Amino acid sequence: MTNQTLAQYANLGVYSAMAVFTLAMIAFAVDLAGAAPKVQAAASETQKEPALVGGGRSDDARVFAVRGDVAGLPRTRRAAGVAMMLTRLGGLLLIAAAAMRGLSVQRPPLGNMFEFALVGSMFVVVVFLAISLRRDIRWLGLFVVGPVLLTLGLAITVFYTDASELLPSLKSVWLVIHVTVATFSVALFTIAFSVTILHLIKAWLEVQDPAGMSRMRTIVNTALPPARSLDRTAYGIHAVAFPLWTFTLIAGAIWAEQAWGHYWNWDPKEVWTFVIWVIYAAYLHARATTGWSARAANYLALAGFGAILINYTVVNVFFVGQHSYSGM
Amino acid sequence: MTQSRMDTRPDESDVTQPTLGPVGTLRWAWRQLTSMRTALLLLLLLAIGAVPGSIWPQRNIDAGRVADYLATHRSTGPWLDRLGFFDVYSSPWFAAIYLLLFVSLVGCVVPRSKMHWRAMRAQPPRAPGRLERLPEHGQIEVDGAPEDVLQIARELLRRRQFLGRYCRLRSDDLSLSAESGYLRETGNLVFHSALIVVIVAVAVGHLFGWRGDRILVTGNSFSNTISAYDTFDPGPWVDTEGLSPFTVAVDKLDVTFEEHASGAQRGAARDFTAYTRTQTSPDAPWVHQILKVNGPLTFGGTSVFLLGNGYAPVITVRDASGQVLMHDATPFLPQDSNYKSVGAIKVSAASPKQLGFFGFFLPSEYLDKDAGPSSFFPDLKNPALALGVYEGELYPQGRPQSVYTLSTEKMTQLRNAQGEPLRLMLKPGQTAELPDGRGSITFDGVKRWAGLSIRYDPGKLLALGGAVAVLAGLIASLVIRRRRVFVRVRAAGRRTVVSVGGLAKGEDPGLGVTIEDLLSAIAQRSGTKT
Repeated sequence: MTNQTLAQYANLGVYSAMAVFTLAMIAFAVDLAGAAPKVQAAASETQKEPALVGGGRSDDARVFAVRGDVAGLPRTRRAAGVAMMLTRLGGLLLIAAAAMRGLSVQRPPLGNMFEFALVGSMFVVVVFLAISLRRDIRWLGLFVVGPVLLTLGLAITVFYTDASELLPSLKSVWLVIHVTVATFSVALFTIAFSVTILHLIKAWLEVQDPAGMSRMRTIVNTALPPARSLDRTAYGIHAVAFPLWTFTLIAGAIWAEQAWGHYWNWDPKEVWTFVIWVIYAAYLHARATTGWSARAANYLALAGFGAILINYTVVNVFFVGQHSYSGM
Repeated sequence: MTQSRMDTRPDESDVTQPTLGPVGTLRWAWRQLTSMRTALLLLLLLAIGAVPGSIWPQRNIDAGRVADYLATHRSTGPWLDRLGFFDVYSSPWFAAIYLLLFVSLVGCVVPRSKMHWRAMRAQPPRAPGRLERLPEHGQIEVDGAPEDVLQIARELLRRRQFLGRYCRLRSDDLSLSAESGYLRETGNLVFHSALIVVIVAVAVGHLFGWRGDRILVTGNSFSNTISAYDTFDPGPWVDTEGLSPFTVAVDKLDVTFEEHASGAQRGAARDFTAYTRTQTSPDAPWVHQILKVNGPLTFGGTSVFLLGNGYAPVITVRDASGQVLMHDATPFLPQDSNYKSVGAIKVSAASPKQLGFFGFFLPSEYLDKDAGPSSFFPDLKNPALALGVYEGELYPQGRPQSVYTLSTEKMTQLRNAQGEPLRLMLKPGQTAELPDGRGSITFDGVKRWAGLSIRYDPGKLLALGGAVAVLAGLIASLVIRRRRVFVRVRAAGRRTVVSVGGLAKGEDPGLGVTIEDLLSAIAQRSGTKT
């Protein structure tokens, strides 16, 4: 039933993608390091912005933020261009790898931890590339490609599972619906997590005196968009991911009802999916609650991602439940 | 107070704090409970409180593992048990969290619905004096009289592109107020109310729902009555007499296991299919139906699920004269992924002493050096029965006991000539003579059994509807923007200065662009060249 040759090609695709992402990561890092020379110009530019507000354009800071052109000045960013090309190539390799893995087992490649990691990484890269079509988020590249590389490395070594068929309880159209959406929203949460961390760093740097900053901090401070815009981006991605996670929960309940006869049974995976939902609900709730700072809310978002990591690793491998499909 | 004090702060005893009184205290407590901060705290508590249920085994899922845990953790186990860590989701503290959250939800939704109802019917507020103080604003100078420009702005705001279709306008002398996005709050309220619906649906399922489990050997049938179930677990308000009178017969069970892969995947289950005949009532015609994992049978609101399977060796026990004492298929329970199964065969017709056989059924038998008789594959590659034999009283004092184990307290194990416990190893078709004229046992063949779980949950459609409404409300509350836009005109010689200011609820990065677009549209319509 399973075509092992094709599965081997899929693994080859993963290895190639990892090589390409390594190069992309280096190129992104080189690009960020290059942000330093424009420090003075960028700093003065940032100071000028408030004066522009109230002119014909209602809020230049906003436009600036949306476009995300970090330095504010044309900076030749050849390294970033190379990095983006490499990321696209890596993305294509991942899509090919996922497709070959799926073909090798003649089902959607969503049956075990290796396959979740592969498809999840693919979604992360695809979402990153999709957003970058609409605005310049090259500053985020390093913080997307890095986690993807780490995930793929773990997937091909620790989580690796031979290509094979599914357990009977997984043979359902809901596998495609439930797990695809779950993986996709985890991909979004991952990107949002990176942006949230960057926001916290940037917010911390913004209150410091630019003159007294170390070189490293200056680079980071220059390379990142303003904290306000980072915060808005993170919130926006979370606001898309949360309804998708809600859908995951509902679709999972419908499927559980069909496969196991109860839509909710407090299985460890169900518990953690619920915990993640509650934490992110609290995050969105905190954003709307007066008396809660955006920073405290952002810590909730980080906690939510921590729960996602636990849900994927600890719950899959160590907890006994009906979702024990890690294949390990 | 006669003594002088350095401290200029008022002495706290001097401050006459308003006494709240019982009603006031209640009102204060209610305010606290229904505040958003408390709701947030309760949400976080709910998340933390749910976690132990995934770490420790739970009685409602696997009571056996709880017993194992208590047996191995003699010091901490009882304390965890007292604190409800093995029944987290029915423990008082977990109930306290979700009930408080439930009250908080109701206390939040009701007043907010009233407010929203009023807001939807009210006019937008009058434009504030200084629009440049608003978070988003812009200003241009256009040709034309103020009244005409305002009229243009009014027409433009009615268009869908700026504030959407459901925009409410208010005109004053030289200003205009527009408000849109009422559905954001509607969505928000739907989200919260639907959560309440989901909780109610879960409660309905708990009170009126039931589940029963039944192991059914192929070739047999069962009717939906309480006595037919191996275990039956009804909610407190279930009418156990009124179960729908269907019958299910399992004719054949096909099971496929992974043969080709190696490693952990080898022997993994691939397909279970039960070929059934069903009747909706004793007089109804039989219908052939296929029951699969992920494909339950349904009878009205009751569903039959295929959750497990195993082997039932068919055994004949005869006495010394060859008279059949027992001929039946006895289900054995699988213990590992290769279906090493345990079971007991009870021959109560044997005399003078009753006979009991206890041991393993092995679908693919091999002799493991340490574990003894074991199975290397879940399918029937080399089926064998490994049994020990006991004689004595099977049911001392008629106490209820598991059908899968022997209660050996009033029984003695048979021994062979060497004085070792007698062990029988039988392949299909083989017969073993029991020592000293006790008769014989024949292993005729193997049947499969289907583990059926029958559930009735009257709340599940309500829960689904509620969940869908939760999602719809959530999306509406996140996507729709609640905005107020104000336009103010003022004559400047023969021209008119137009100021536009905007205010949004929550994050709204697009509002600035909308205001820009509105301003340039006003300029265009009024014939101003920019």
